[in-house]
Amino acid sequence: MNGSFFRNPITIGIISLLVLILLASTFVIVPETKQAVILRFEQPVGQPINAYKPNEQFGHTGAGLIARVPFIDRVVWVDKRVLDAEYENQQVLSSDQLPLIVDAYARFRVVDPLRMVVTARSETGVTEALVQLLGTSIRNELGNQPFKTLLTPERDKVMENIQTRLQKLATQYGVEIVDVRIKHADLPEGSPLESALNRMKTQRKQQALTIRAEGKKEAQIIQADAEAQAASIYATSFNQDPDFYDFYRSMQSYRRTFGVDSANPTAGSTSIILSPDNAYLKQFQGKR
Amino acid sequence: MTILQGWLQRFAILHSDNPKGPWGGGGDKGGSGSGDGSGGGKEGPRNPWSIPPAGRPRSAGPSALDEFLRRARGGGGGGGGGGRPPIPGAPSARALWLIGIASIILLWVVFTSFHPIAPQQRGVVTYFGRYAGTLDPGFRITPPSPIASVTKVDVQNIRTENFPEPGGPNLMLTNDQNILDLAFSVRWNINNPEDYVFQIADPTNTVRATAESAMREVVANMNLDQAMGAGRSRIEAEVQDRMQRILNEYKSGILVQGVAIKQAIPPQAVNDAFKDVTAAQQDAVAAKNNAQGAAQQLIAGAQGEAAQFDKVYSQYKLAPEVTRRRIYYETMEAVLAKTDKTIVETPGVLPYLPLSPGRKLPDADVVVNGGAK
Repeated sequence: MNGSFFRNPITIGIISLLVLILLASTFVIVPETKQAVILRFEQPVGQPINAYKPNEQFGHTGAGLIARVPFIDRVVWVDKRVLDAEYENQQVLSSDQLPLIVDAYARFRVVDPLRMVVTARSETGVTEALVQLLGTSIRNELGNQPFKTLLTPERDKVMENIQTRLQKLATQYGVEIVDVRIKHADLPEGSPLESALNRMKTQRKQQALTIRAEGKKEAQIIQADAEAQAASIYATSFNQDPDFYDFYRSMQSYRRTFGVDSANPTAGSTSIILSPDNAYLKQFQGKR
Repeated sequence: MTILQGWLQRFAILHSDNPKGPWGGGGDKGGSGSGDGSGGGKEGPRNPWSIPPAGRPRSAGPSALDEFLRRARGGGGGGGGGGRPPIPGAPSARALWLIGIASIILLWVVFTSFHPIAPQQRGVVTYFGRYAGTLDPGFRITPPSPIASVTKVDVQNIRTENFPEPGGPNLMLTNDQNILDLAFSVRWNINNPEDYVFQIADPTNTVRATAESAMREVVANMNLDQAMGAGRSRIEAEVQDRMQRILNEYKSGILVQGVAIKQAIPPQAVNDAFKDVTAAQQDAVAAKNNAQGAAQQLIAGAQGEAAQFDKVYSQYKLAPEVTRRRIYYETMEAVLAKTDKTIVETPGVLPYLPLSPGRKLPDADVVVNGGAK
């Protein structure tokens, strides 16, 4: 029976399963994107595997197959890539007491996985901690800056300052801050936004009024210029003989007034009572 | 690989006591029916292809399974197989198992070692997680799966990110503290597959966050009118430049192909006021045009009248008295021909009005000329 015990298919199956489990828990694949810290009874053992070094060549990193003591060593994975901590929709007061809604993010990389594991236990832990620290850094920095600064090239400087502040705080977690950026820094909904919009509106109304008035002014000037020019044309011409102009113009005027000028018909009819002394009727008297 | 070998072994052993196996003549195969042919398990599966196809009855599969189950139920006594009557067709059951397993392995190897890489793709290869190279387009072979793994990355496909996500405005502040509603899109692709795969945790999100940050930064350095009008192409170029710098800093392997502003308008709430400014500009132009038209008319009228006078006057100068008389008579003729005339002889006689049935309109003008009064 003893010899056949190992020939029993089920026994063999179980044994190979156990071997498999043992293999699987001994060998671990460390990908390029991860760093691994090995904990033995919750105490870190040795140096972290595939730890981040600046300017590494892929393929020459610590990634690959590693072995550990099964069931005793625990692998804590730490991402090696650039990670993201988002600080969203938080109200911050600028130094001129203007409330701002700020969205910002920090891009970071865990450069000291051992320290990170000791201080924050996990990636989630470190991200949460960083979001808090980012909030603090933003508040402190923006609290020292007037709102207007964010609307100038100074904005770069503000972001750099926040990054410096955050880096100081984040070093304890074994984290390198790659970049801090303010995504939004906007006026909050409600009265600040309303009043800004209102200011824009009134500004535009004023602009519209100015433009209309300017247009009217220019139109009047054009009109006046034309009148002056016309007057000068008339004067030059008529001044040749004011007496004849008087006569000629009155003749034109009679035609016009009494409705003879077919181009400008007048309303109503006219009755004329003439005295025989009238110059027109002087021949009536038969005088010579 | 270890796993698979283990399984192979196991299945081979399960059927090693089959009395009429195709490897019946095999060297280390145990006696038929004795059930202790475990040694054959190691050699048996090495040569599964040698089975003639004719030797494979269709019923073999179920019967092999039945047998396996029966044996499993039987409590696993090593020699238990001896009492069992041999099943017809069972001889090739073991072979079938082996063929099945071998084909699974073959399929596994084929599927995990052959990689057709399309022209727009690159394949990033890792051996046990470690970077081992990048596959160019074509039909490529790597070691099978647990050893090598290939991540295909589409490097030519240009992805587009739209801001804002459909619906809702995308308000941002300009240099003059005005608010702008700006919609834009960013086109990007991957120019370094290794960096793209290994350096960034969430590429799409990174591109989006970078774009938003860069856009707001650039707009914050411009005033509203610039941002809505002439400055647009400058914004696009600057945002692209800034994004690329930031993404390079992250070693993201991403190339920003372009930034396009789709619309830059004032927020909905103040849009009417902005439209009114445009309307005012049109109004101003219209007023000027009208004035210019009227002015042209006025001047042309003056010129015409002056020219008329000049012509007549030049004739008049030649014969002043006659011309004057002629014009006078012609005018009087024209005027009086069309009017009702009354000639009152004696001064001091008041005309009685209405004077004649010739009056056509009750409210006509009455002109008393000369000594009529």
